[in-house]
Amino acid sequence: MTMMKKLLTSAVASALMVSGAQAEISDNMVKMGYLADMSGTYRDLAGPNGLKAMEMAIKDFGGSVKGAKIEVVSADDRNSPDVASSTVRRWVENDKVDMIGGMVASSVTIAATKILEENNKLGIVSGSAASSITNEHCTPNHIHYVYDTYALSIGTPTAIVQEGGKTWFILTADYAFGHAMEADVTRVVEANGGEVVGSIRHPFPTPDFSSFILQAQASGADVIALANAGADTTNAINTASEFGVTQGGQTLAALVLFLSDVHALGTDVAQGIQLTTGWYWDMNDETRAWSDRFMEATGARPTMVHAGIYSSTMQYLKAVEATNSDDSQTVRKYMMEHPINDMFAKNGVIREDGRMVHDMYLAEVKTPEESSGEWDLYNIVRTIPADEAFRPLSESKCKLVSM
Amino acid sequence: MSMIFGVPVAVLSGQLLIGVINGAFYALLSLGLAVIFGLLKIINFAHGAMYMLGAMVTVIMFDAMGVNYWVALFLAPVLVGVFGMLIEYFLLRRIAGQDHIYSLLLTFGAALMIQGILTNIYGVSGLRYSIPDLFKGGVNLGFMFLPYYRAWVIAVALVVCFGTWFMIEKTKLGAYLRAGTEDAQLMQGFGINVPLLISLTYGFGVMLAAFAGVLAAPIYSVTPVMGSHILIVVFAVVVIGGMGSIGGAIITGVLMGVIEGLTKTFYPPASSAVIFLVMVVVLMFRPAGLFGKEA
Repeated sequence: MTMMKKLLTSAVASALMVSGAQAEISDNMVKMGYLADMSGTYRDLAGPNGLKAMEMAIKDFGGSVKGAKIEVVSADDRNSPDVASSTVRRWVENDKVDMIGGMVASSVTIAATKILEENNKLGIVSGSAASSITNEHCTPNHIHYVYDTYALSIGTPTAIVQEGGKTWFILTADYAFGHAMEADVTRVVEANGGEVVGSIRHPFPTPDFSSFILQAQASGADVIALANAGADTTNAINTASEFGVTQGGQTLAALVLFLSDVHALGTDVAQGIQLTTGWYWDMNDETRAWSDRFMEATGARPTMVHAGIYSSTMQYLKAVEATNSDDSQTVRKYMMEHPINDMFAKNGVIREDGRMVHDMYLAEVKTPEESSGEWDLYNIVRTIPADEAFRPLSESKCKLVSM
Repeated sequence: MSMIFGVPVAVLSGQLLIGVINGAFYALLSLGLAVIFGLLKIINFAHGAMYMLGAMVTVIMFDAMGVNYWVALFLAPVLVGVFGMLIEYFLLRRIAGQDHIYSLLLTFGAALMIQGILTNIYGVSGLRYSIPDLFKGGVNLGFMFLPYYRAWVIAVALVVCFGTWFMIEKTKLGAYLRAGTEDAQLMQGFGINVPLLISLTYGFGVMLAAFAGVLAAPIYSVTPVMGSHILIVVFAVVVIGGMGSIGGAIITGVLMGVIEGLTKTFYPPASSAVIFLVMVVVLMFRPAGLFGKEA
């Protein structure tokens, strides 16, 4: 009888535990939203292949967390903060979405994370660049995973100023990201003894750069820096090459350059360009193995954003599993306490401001002779250690950082 | 160095020239639109897609079969023109005589489909296409470095624009065209195949767009979305010039290129809006456009 009693009590207790656990993963389902530019200027650096990366992570994880099904929805934000806001609102308020990944244009991210904060859901930003996302625009409801304008400006501009490029002219995409990039690069150039002699804020997107390149040429600056991204950058680089910028003795600095951009430019045009990246597919066996699987699924090599989406989705699901919860604060806290060690980052740490800090890399585009194939594009020149690459918390304006 | 409003004259001259080059593209594209609207009363929202197809076909033919620039300059517009005629024959013809909004929606939908399919296949980072060897390099004009290819674009665009204007306004074929679209029944009575004439006119307008696309391929990023960026601007140009006015489209095209170029020098953030500002002002004072006839 006592035996029976014991059995019964433990059965009831375990049943209670199970149901308790189920109640913590809301709706017994982990629902993720993938928000990105699926058809415009920034499509190729994240876009549909980013969704594939997210789905790959879910599949590798096993398709469910503790019996709760994992579901994905996706939408094209068309690089519009308005479209993004209404999509995110619908997802979190009506469609029970727990986490939103992807997020590319910085203006989209800033709008989306505000709504995530209002609704206490989690966002993991992989595509955006603006460092303001974890500075003045930080929220307790998002993580900025792959890179930012601060890290980019520590890499390329420092190297170029030290090589003697003292005067700078900046072509800036006229929205949140371009402004943040311009501010970060100006700070670094000046700190290293250089000077910014002029800048132009051009509309986003700009199909024809000839007029701006001509003005940059006429400025006589040592360096023409491109504070834009995606198709805008490739457009500007092509035009600069047509107008003989480098033959004229000026250096062209692409501040944000993705593998997809370099692939589109080709090594003929892009050779020798220095760039800063958070990740490269051909760094070690682990990155190569994952990239091979990605290539099989998509037909292209992954950008750092694709790798970041895979990695962050994996980390998120692990956190949900470990905490048995899809509550944004519980999950974020767990993720902050557990360093990231995977194909994307070694000892990556998520700080209280939401910034994931990890090593960054200064790379140089290979010459056509060095390159052994269409995706063999970078030489890694230098590793920028994590604590040097990102804005120190002591300089942070984020409301979450205690002074 | 002498200055105008704080900008060196040398820089300004360079910007004017760049403006003329961009204006040449606007002129070629708005010319095709004006021909199609003026003669057929079709609002062709697929015009940007046809421009894009001209560039894409050029690059694809080169990658697949090594077809060079000079061949593409003729072949790509012909292929895209035939494609346009198929659209006219199978789709547009069925809504002939209906309100303008039908042709607008139909061509807009067709453009989105073409663009979407190609985006799925080729992405948006841009396909590579290099400047033909003959035009590699450039010349230093003192105030700017002028790539030879850009000079070629101005020359050929102006020749094509003038040729088209001449053909439609001054030749017998042009007279048939204008008459056929004015009173189809009467012309048919004279033994002229009006439906064929309409197909050919639409095909010709599309060819002009594709021709501009081939010219653009070596200097602009060739992507499936390149047409959607330029289409709205070109429509504004046609409206400013006067819907259907062939000469007006050409002159306004070049003029708008220059105005946009100047804005890029004096106040770059407004450069994507300035043409629409001009449009608003023109429509306020001349509702039929600068060169349009009052209805």
